[in-house]
Amino acid sequence: MAYDYAKHIRPGKLPHIWCPGCGHGIAMKGMIRAIDACGLEKNNTAIVSGIGCASRLPGYMDYCTLHTAHGRAAAFATGVKMARPEMNVIVVGGDGDGTAIGGNHFIHACRRNIDMTYIILNNSIYGMTGGQFSPCTPTGAKASTTVYGNPDPTFDISKLAIGAGASFVARGTAFHAAQIDKLIAEGIKHKGLAVIEILDDCPTTYGRRNKFRSVVDMMKRLKEIAVPVAAAAKMTAEQLEGKVLTGILHQENKPEYCEQYAQVIARAKCA
Amino acid sequence: MAKKVALLQGNDACAQGALYAGCTFFGGYPITPSTEVAEVLSIELPKIGGKFIQMEDEIGAMASVIGASLTGSKALTATSGPGVSLKQELIGYACIAEVPCVIINVMRGGPSTGMPTGPGQSDVQQAKWGTHGDHATIALVPASVQEIFTETVRAFNLAEKYRMPVQVLYDEIVGHMRERIEFPEPGELEVINRAAPTVTPENYKPYDTSFGDVPPLAGFGTGYRFHVTGLNKAQDGFPTTKAEYVDAEERRQISKVEKDEARAVIEKNEEYLVDDAEVLIFAYGSTSRSARYAVNELRKEGIKAGLFRPITLWPFPEKRIAALGKKVKGIVVPEMNLGQMNLEVERVVKGTCPVLHLGRVDGEPLNPGQIIAKVKEVK
Repeated sequence: MAYDYAKHIRPGKLPHIWCPGCGHGIAMKGMIRAIDACGLEKNNTAIVSGIGCASRLPGYMDYCTLHTAHGRAAAFATGVKMARPEMNVIVVGGDGDGTAIGGNHFIHACRRNIDMTYIILNNSIYGMTGGQFSPCTPTGAKASTTVYGNPDPTFDISKLAIGAGASFVARGTAFHAAQIDKLIAEGIKHKGLAVIEILDDCPTTYGRRNKFRSVVDMMKRLKEIAVPVAAAAKMTAEQLEGKVLTGILHQENKPEYCEQYAQVIARAKCA
Repeated sequence: MAKKVALLQGNDACAQGALYAGCTFFGGYPITPSTEVAEVLSIELPKIGGKFIQMEDEIGAMASVIGASLTGSKALTATSGPGVSLKQELIGYACIAEVPCVIINVMRGGPSTGMPTGPGQSDVQQAKWGTHGDHATIALVPASVQEIFTETVRAFNLAEKYRMPVQVLYDEIVGHMRERIEFPEPGELEVINRAAPTVTPENYKPYDTSFGDVPPLAGFGTGYRFHVTGLNKAQDGFPTTKAEYVDAEERRQISKVEKDEARAVIEKNEEYLVDDAEVLIFAYGSTSRSARYAVNELRKEGIKAGLFRPITLWPFPEKRIAALGKKVKGIVVPEMNLGQMNLEVERVVKGTCPVLHLGRVDGEPLNPGQIIAKVKEVK
């Protein structure tokens, strides 16, 4: 029997806004399977986003959903989680939303290690506004604001998250659909800030400008560049040139923010 | 039983007022001259199981406050002009999404960094027009330490009642002044909590105007699932571009504050020797204290001056000022800026009397002598 996604989707809210060939829908299905696998209760789960194509995702989900302002999802979500630590909080957004305009909130959410799951759908472009370069657009690539080639270096979101203190960091791709739910489920189960970066495609605003002849070509690229961390351990630096590690990249146990604050409350009450 | 009294700083009184009103969440970022509000709440909130968080920036602080409020908490942030500038987009978010919250602005000079340790009153038009788009504004301007306490309580009440952000603006002089304060007993001041939904979760719509022009707001995590967005939305909370919905919602969000029935609740003024006044002084915050002194001195000289002190600055007391404008020979507007609220006074008196502005932006308070001299210019 086919998996029943419908019970997680708000009645009447589909079709979604995403273009044919966009990987966001694949990621959303993975997220639904992960939420299901973890048994998260709808009334006790907030899904928070910023602005952009990926940030439209919460509107389709039959949960407590909060579509905020550009870049601010992590900060809104921090308020929700602090005020109601018993809620599960999932943040969803794109690479520009999360690492450019929202970069400060992103790194500080990581630093606090607050118990939330942050899913970044990284399609290397600002899709909704028509394909301007993001901090994740490859150097040299074409975007509507880099027609002569992108002069900017790129962020490695997963490395950024690890460096900023996130205690769980994983990366998957829209091609490796079956892995997405497992990575997100591990992130949800993890106590602390979990970042799951999903490498995604934007055929409409990125692919067409960068010589991808079809969505299939973009998917093939995701397939080719992805190397699971276990396999990478046996590969040489030369072999890893141009590849991207996938799987759980980092996991550690360290103090979680709401638990730390609970101790503040306990100390204040004794003071 | 005698009331509990204390010698308290304005910013401390603000924090105490917030606690009295039932505030359980503070999200902030350090900025002079408001920081004491955060410091006091960082100590007091955890004692009652409340939450204090120092966010990474002003925008994040505002975001955390809105997020916390959506779970049902009464939430506060405190900042100064530069911080309010940064928060503007999210103040607009709280307006359109109709999320109750309170923003304290301890005013210093400006623009930009200006004079961080000096007083100013130059954010009063920003309070009304700072965020983009049409929206209603409630802004309160207390003038004493005692009033900072009571107006902070009232700010929470109005935020909860009208489901929107409420700003409290007081200048650095009042914020850092120490005065005697009498703490109201529990129950002495009204404390309003937002209306809870009366329908089942299945039938709940976050902007359902069949419940009036301030629809009940459920909290995340209380059994109600709904969608909140900064996009124009229909009554079910989901985005819409349908002209008739967008127009109706925008107009409702303004009229819920600006209609007569709401103004009667929200507007609050003090009139001092206004009945027979020939010259009216319109003054708020610390400037109103100099103005009151000026009125007394002018009266000794036989000049019939009176003071109109708005305690609610926005919505502006249009009808009363228009009526007084027809009675007096002139209105003097002293304020620590180079001409902001005088524009509003001019707008509503419609030329029925002269409006004389007296501005000061050198970091020093307006003194009674300056106000007296300006009043004497009224012919």
